[in-house]
Amino acid sequence: MVKEVFKKPTKWPIMKSLIFKEIDELIFNSLGIIVFISLFIGGVVTIQTALNLENPLIPVSLIGFATRQSVVLEFAPTFTSIIMAGKVGSYITSSIGTMRVTEQIDALEVMGVNSLNYLVFPKIIAMLLYPFAIAIAMYMGILGGWMAGVWGNFTSSADFIEGLQMDFDPYHVTYSFIKTLVFAFVIATVPSYHGYFMKGGALDVGKASTTSFVWTSVVIIILNFILTQLLLG
Amino acid sequence: MIIVENLHKSFGEDHILKGISTSFEKGKTSLVIGQSGSGKTVFIKCLLGLITPEEGTIDFDGKIYSQLNSNEKRELRQEIGMVFQGSALFDSMTVEGNVMFPLNMFTQQSQSEKEDRVNFVLKRVNLVDAHHKYPAELSGGMQKRVAIARAIVMNPKYLFCDEPNSGLDPKTAILIDNLIQEITKEYDIITVINSHDMNSVMEIGEKIVFLQHGEKAWEGTKEDIFKTDNEAVTSFVYSSELFKKVRQMYLEERT
Repeated sequence: MVKEVFKKPTKWPIMKSLIFKEIDELIFNSLGIIVFISLFIGGVVTIQTALNLENPLIPVSLIGFATRQSVVLEFAPTFTSIIMAGKVGSYITSSIGTMRVTEQIDALEVMGVNSLNYLVFPKIIAMLLYPFAIAIAMYMGILGGWMAGVWGNFTSSADFIEGLQMDFDPYHVTYSFIKTLVFAFVIATVPSYHGYFMKGGALDVGKASTTSFVWTSVVIIILNFILTQLLLG
Repeated sequence: MIIVENLHKSFGEDHILKGISTSFEKGKTSLVIGQSGSGKTVFIKCLLGLITPEEGTIDFDGKIYSQLNSNEKRELRQEIGMVFQGSALFDSMTVEGNVMFPLNMFTQQSQSEKEDRVNFVLKRVNLVDAHHKYPAELSGGMQKRVAIARAIVMNPKYLFCDEPNSGLDPKTAILIDNLIQEITKEYDIITVINSHDMNSVMEIGEKIVFLQHGEKAWEGTKEDIFKTDNEAVTSFVYSSELFKKVRQMYLEERT
């Protein structure tokens, strides 16, 4: 399927408008939920870390450090991608699946359009902006942690910021963005596959969306393990 | 002319098409009829290249489909117009967008040339005030008209229709049938219609191919269908009381 996606490209002016439409649909329309989830996840990580710091010898700045590490390494790229597998993935499967059920894909093929290129390629290109969304998730996660920590009187702002800056390794951000790009490709292609090759009627579109969410999540979790082992191990 | 020879297609153990041979002529509306499950849809999908047959050839005016490379197949498909059973209009596009789609994809025409062409074909299918409506806002009959407009916008040589009047009331169904026949004559194209609607057969069937259990059981004109003694055809065509009476009257008139 992936090979077909890159064959016989659609005319550039049409492809350009499709890419912008998908960027709007897949990335910008997801920013609200990403900001919301990241803020609260960051807050929860901070509160849980603070509540588990009982030893007075451990500096309070560790709260900021733990929040940064958790959010940057795992919560922003992986947790957000699982959420996106549900939100964006089910949108992709159901929209392509509906086109399959209503013979719109057959109509494209009969006209001589490479339907895989027309439908899937713009999604893959749009998802190249996914690291941008994850960067926002990292920022909002840390901001959520700061808000919960400072306003909840678990730490001072100075201690939290000191923790954020403690032992910072820029490679961790690079690692996160590499993971994010791989997940972006998975989120664009696995649901497309389930939508494009589905059979049946309207009920089966719903089933295909559920199956695609499960498989996208499974692939993300397995790749997360492999990439972590390769890049950090 | 489209010449089909010895077409075979199976799905697993099910042998759907069993050596169908027939031909479809220019300027004529040909109907492929048969009961549900007789292989009509698979047959038309083979003609369109959406399904690859295991055996047999399909010759489009000297071009044998299976012998064409992918670019030649794409070029041939641009000469084909198709009206799907459910219209298959793109939900996210307006009527104008749907009809303009093939022009955007395959021509270098300017925006005004494309608009002129869209206006012309929409007028031809008697749809003049629906340019900015979405498919969901249209009635079944209007959707079919848009699908026909989209199918003819590139001036196709071949027009295929899969049950074009299914789900329509009898009056609208006849209007759609007549529109397809008028377009066939006007543009001198080869039209193949998949149908199990006997009104269509009587209205526009210049050539009729009857499929049964994946085989061609009979072929002829709509006049021949009154005279035939082929049991499979008569039991299918004259399954309703109305058509039995029509046939009886026709035969009495002749004797």
